[in-house]
Amino acid sequence: MITLIWIELQKIFKKWRTYIGFIAIGTLVIIVQIALYFTGDNYIKAMTRGFQDSFIMVGNLFNGYLVANLVLGGLFIHIPFLIVLVGGDLLASEATAGTYRMLLTRPVSRLKVVSAKFCAGLIYVFLLLAWLAFLSLGVSCLIFGTGELLSFSGKLIIFSRDDVLWRFAGAYAYSMLSMSTVFALSYFFSSMVENAIGPIVATMAVIIIFIILSALPIDFLKDISPYFFTSHMIHWSNFFNDPVDYQKIMESALILGVHILGLYLVTTYLFIKKDILS
Amino acid sequence: MSEQIIEVRGLTKKFKNITAVNNLDLNVYRGDVFGFLGPNGAGKSTTIRMLLSLIKPTSGSIKIFGYSIKEKREEILRKVGAIVEKPDFYLYLSAYKNLEIFGKLSGADVSKKKIMEMLELVGLSKRANSKVKTYSHGMKQRLGLAQALLHDPELIILDEPTTGLDPQGMKEIRELILYLSRTKNKTVFLSSHILREVELIATRMIIINKGSAQVEGTVNDLLNMDKLTVTFEVDKIDTAKTIIQDSAWKEKLVSSTNRELSFELIYNDIPALNKFFVENGFSVSSIIPVRSLENFFLKITEGNGK
Repeated sequence: MITLIWIELQKIFKKWRTYIGFIAIGTLVIIVQIALYFTGDNYIKAMTRGFQDSFIMVGNLFNGYLVANLVLGGLFIHIPFLIVLVGGDLLASEATAGTYRMLLTRPVSRLKVVSAKFCAGLIYVFLLLAWLAFLSLGVSCLIFGTGELLSFSGKLIIFSRDDVLWRFAGAYAYSMLSMSTVFALSYFFSSMVENAIGPIVATMAVIIIFIILSALPIDFLKDISPYFFTSHMIHWSNFFNDPVDYQKIMESALILGVHILGLYLVTTYLFIKKDILS
Repeated sequence: MSEQIIEVRGLTKKFKNITAVNNLDLNVYRGDVFGFLGPNGAGKSTTIRMLLSLIKPTSGSIKIFGYSIKEKREEILRKVGAIVEKPDFYLYLSAYKNLEIFGKLSGADVSKKKIMEMLELVGLSKRANSKVKTYSHGMKQRLGLAQALLHDPELIILDEPTTGLDPQGMKEIRELILYLSRTKNKTVFLSSHILREVELIATRMIIINKGSAQVEGTVNDLLNMDKLTVTFEVDKIDTAKTIIQDSAWKEKLVSSTNRELSFELIYNDIPALNKFFVENGFSVSSIIPVRSLENFFLKITEGNGK
């Protein structure tokens, strides 16, 4: 199984499209860092405008933690686009290229093939988020230094510098779960078609539709929106609340986990039953 | 009789209301170069896909090496090398890397020495590190053979392996198949829509059309012992027709035009009839023998083309 995963990783990382995600994140983060480097003070002023008369702000509030938090919030809705570029391609590209015929006439079970691809895809998601964390948190801390984290989610919270890193660890771990759900959905679509464009468009369409439906101020939609997986993808931000709502995080994580498992099982079933006609 | 390698019974595959393969029986024995012949759309590739478990039969059974492909798929595929239709590879990887990947999946020795040996065998060693997207169709076909042979399989299933090759390439592939069969004692299952190609290398063959078997047997039985339709082109055609009507050859005349006379003969009759024409003062410009099987196959092919 490890050999199979390694082979799949080689296939993923030998493709140009795999690097689009890394390049896009790199470019965006660097642009945000440059912009904040020159105009960051104005951002802090704007953020604390309502409190400046009542409080005296001391210490390094504009720091790497703040930049990382901003980037994570800003990029979180764009990363799914980068995930599906690879997830939607994993199975469909084999059908398009005709390599299913080569791959599935080997003495390896289809269960192992589909599972190895799934694992390799999850590793890609992990590496993409690790890259995001490295650039937005690691590099930002090097450029802007560390300090207290100013977080605004309905109310302004200032976390001491000792109380920040574990929150980021939790947020990135939760992001991994959210993005894995997106990956699993694109992988599921990828198993049903013979062209990678279809799964990419279908996955994004599902995400956009669910997000729009959740945002509409209609009672019925508000009642059903907790059942949309997209409603649970955003709870990484709970790690930057005080106190952290662990119950909410665990519930949402469980729902995302069930989605991932369910999509994997359905994909596996379809793949094992599939007639290879391409 | 030698060990049976492939045993297919009542194999049927239906796609909705289209029957691609209909109640097909196949017997392939160890050491055979088995020709699986049929026009385009006859059901050859569908049958091969079922043999390799790429698609599931609607009904019927497939046994390879004595085991059901349904129950012992992995054990069987470990001993099978195959090209199904045109060989497709990961175009963004080199030929070497493609072989390494497929070799690993088949449990083959993927040392550099072994891979380069295989590339040498198919004449691609100098392009080992080129990406497959830069390969011509013929080169991909050769690479397809290399991947099918890398894990030293006992049974080699080749689906139209000479498609797209130039005459020299076709000859080389034929020689390679003969080498594998005679020297390495491999069993080869060779699908083709070209009778000539199959008769040159196959020991046994089956002709299928519209998913059903039409004839099956050894190539010698089907080709050499069969009657021929022989067309003689002679001068003074009207006189020739009269003389034939007055001779014992009359029984064997099947058709005539204003230039040619066609007879149904066995092989040894050809020089005798030629001698008959010459001794009666006719000049024979050409003698064209066409075997009945060839006619039969042509009829099938033409029928499908319409």
